[in-house]
Amino acid sequence: MTTEVLQVIRSDGSVQKKLEPTLSEEMLRKLYRTMVQVRALDEKGMLLQRTGKIGFYVPSGGQEASQVGAVAALDAGDWLFPTYRDPGMALWRGASFREMLAHEFGCAEDRSKGRQMPNHYAFREMKYVSISSPIATQIPQAVGAAMAAKYRKTKEIVLTSMGDGGTSEGDFHCGMNFAGVYKAPIVFYCQNNQWAISVPLSGQTASESISVKAKAYGFPGVTVDGNDVLAVYSAVRQAADRARAGGGPSFVEALTYRMGPHSSSDDPKRYRPAAEEEEWRQKDPIDRFRNYLKKQGIWTEAWEKETWDGVRADLNEATKQVEALGPPTISSMFDDVWSSIPPVLQEQKDSLIEYLKKGELKDLGGAFPL
Amino acid sequence: MATLTLLQAVNDGLRTEMRRDDRVVCLGEDIGINGGVFRATEGLQKEFGAERVIDTPLAESGIIGTAIGMALYGLKPVPEIQFMDFIYPAFDQIVSELAKFRYRSGGQFPSPVVIRTPYGGGIKGGHYHSQSAEAYFCHTPGIQVVIPSTPHDAKGLLASAIRGEDPVLFMEPKRIYRSIKGEVPEGEYTVPIGKAAIARPGTQVTIVAWGSMTHIALEAAEKAQEEKGVSCEVLDLRSLVPLDKAALLESVKKTGRVVIVCEAPRTGGYAGELSAIIAEEAIDSMEAPIVRVTGFDTPFPYTLEHAYMPNTGRILKAIDTVVNF
Repeated sequence: MTTEVLQVIRSDGSVQKKLEPTLSEEMLRKLYRTMVQVRALDEKGMLLQRTGKIGFYVPSGGQEASQVGAVAALDAGDWLFPTYRDPGMALWRGASFREMLAHEFGCAEDRSKGRQMPNHYAFREMKYVSISSPIATQIPQAVGAAMAAKYRKTKEIVLTSMGDGGTSEGDFHCGMNFAGVYKAPIVFYCQNNQWAISVPLSGQTASESISVKAKAYGFPGVTVDGNDVLAVYSAVRQAADRARAGGGPSFVEALTYRMGPHSSSDDPKRYRPAAEEEEWRQKDPIDRFRNYLKKQGIWTEAWEKETWDGVRADLNEATKQVEALGPPTISSMFDDVWSSIPPVLQEQKDSLIEYLKKGELKDLGGAFPL
Repeated sequence: MATLTLLQAVNDGLRTEMRRDDRVVCLGEDIGINGGVFRATEGLQKEFGAERVIDTPLAESGIIGTAIGMALYGLKPVPEIQFMDFIYPAFDQIVSELAKFRYRSGGQFPSPVVIRTPYGGGIKGGHYHSQSAEAYFCHTPGIQVVIPSTPHDAKGLLASAIRGEDPVLFMEPKRIYRSIKGEVPEGEYTVPIGKAAIARPGTQVTIVAWGSMTHIALEAAEKAQEEKGVSCEVLDLRSLVPLDKAALLESVKKTGRVVIVCEAPRTGGYAGELSAIIAEEAIDSMEAPIVRVTGFDTPFPYTLEHAYMPNTGRILKAIDTVVNF
């Protein structure tokens, strides 16, 4: 038994008409541009880490179509419970490079006030929920938000993202099970990028696919070509429509590939063959979509250059701006633990401020020595 | 005012807050039609419906995880963990998620969940129905740890917890769920979190306790007065986090002698933290060493629980130690 893999754009850019979504040219261009933004942010992020400007980076190259196609299929008011490999979901919803980089640098302007490692974004107004490092914890949380939306009788739905590794966690089971029982308006979205750091999919599950697991929880699951932005869009759109109409949860598995290391601290040469990476490089999601846009008569050499140049210029400008920003004040360390600071913590804050007056503790702003 | 058991006060507190605010929802194992295994949620599903009093699948991490999502969305969820001994599957959701959401998001995503859970020994529950696991959570910045010892405080503190903006672990002393009765005002009122109560005023020894141990401490204080003429003050902390340090220090500076009662295992327990605070900040006032009366560093035993748990005799011995130093 094998699970069918839905595809819209064949590798040469031609189309399986039956599944092709009807999207405006403007939307198609935005999809492409956002995928380019993700790729460019990745290049910049790794460079900033390698040059010691930021402490860490989580690349998501190879998964541009998976991220962007999924978020594009939602309404702007829908909730996202993402992973640290979903910057494209924030960029699609309008996060600026300055906001993304302020977070990578952990500077005072960072929405999270420098409290988390890079790539753990949070954007309240975009309903892009604060990201955790522990794997799959967001899954039951997303189900809870969906249950709340159902109780409040809004038309909002929830999408939670996860990797293939995340599907091995207990919270995956809890979340899927709760959602099935309560018919929660949620889309479970797995970007199966084949590797959880050094463990391949075969070391993660003996299941024929990940999407087939949905059946045991009482709702449908499909597998799509995750490097095909339109296939992702169509499958997530269908799942989102179903949730919004009161049909309950769905599962979408996007087959993709983590082209880079797990993080800037990881070296994939230790555990996976270069030939496999090369094989997937041939399936590059941006190349695929470019072929489609060419066939549609939308893409031109000039537009390609304009898009990349524009994105890179934005990114360089944002980098320059963010590099000039300072770190959060040391005393801000004590903010936001509680809604208001209790006396015991206030004493600790006062004692640190008192110590700072001696001038022994220097501000480390921006310095991450290699 | 009605005379209620601590359990009835919890039930009344939940009902009152649910009537007051439709964002308040309860969820947990067997809390709906069954009204909870201790009946703390009895009648709530009938009044508020299955969408607000939710029987969940048997998965503690799922209960706390979904509660967090509800809170992020804007509800005020009050999940129940049936016995505190079963809270560990949800440890990651509580420690890594619930307690850190506000902080890690720079204040963008507060998640005010109130976790209710019966805790403690004295009910012949063996080690999976008797633990007092407060120390694990007191060690985690971002979650309040509140433990009432009277029906009045149970309802009032629960109301404060539900109306508050911070996550709360609300530990209910199940040993005294039904044995302790007291007057409870009808309708709405709150008892502030972070304020200790003097359960019995005294002058010579401070006995610090919380939850069901407060009552053992009171018995011991009574006996100390009757049998030895020693005047003990019993300080009921009511919330361990935030700690009412001012009340603690005021009492020990007055008496100069302190006995701390804690039914959890000794090593790494909250009594140790209190001892350190007193030693750091009130050593000049102390007439005797700080003495702890605690559970032992063993798993909680079944048959021998009477020998494991702090009792009046052990507290009296500790009082002797500090008085005769």
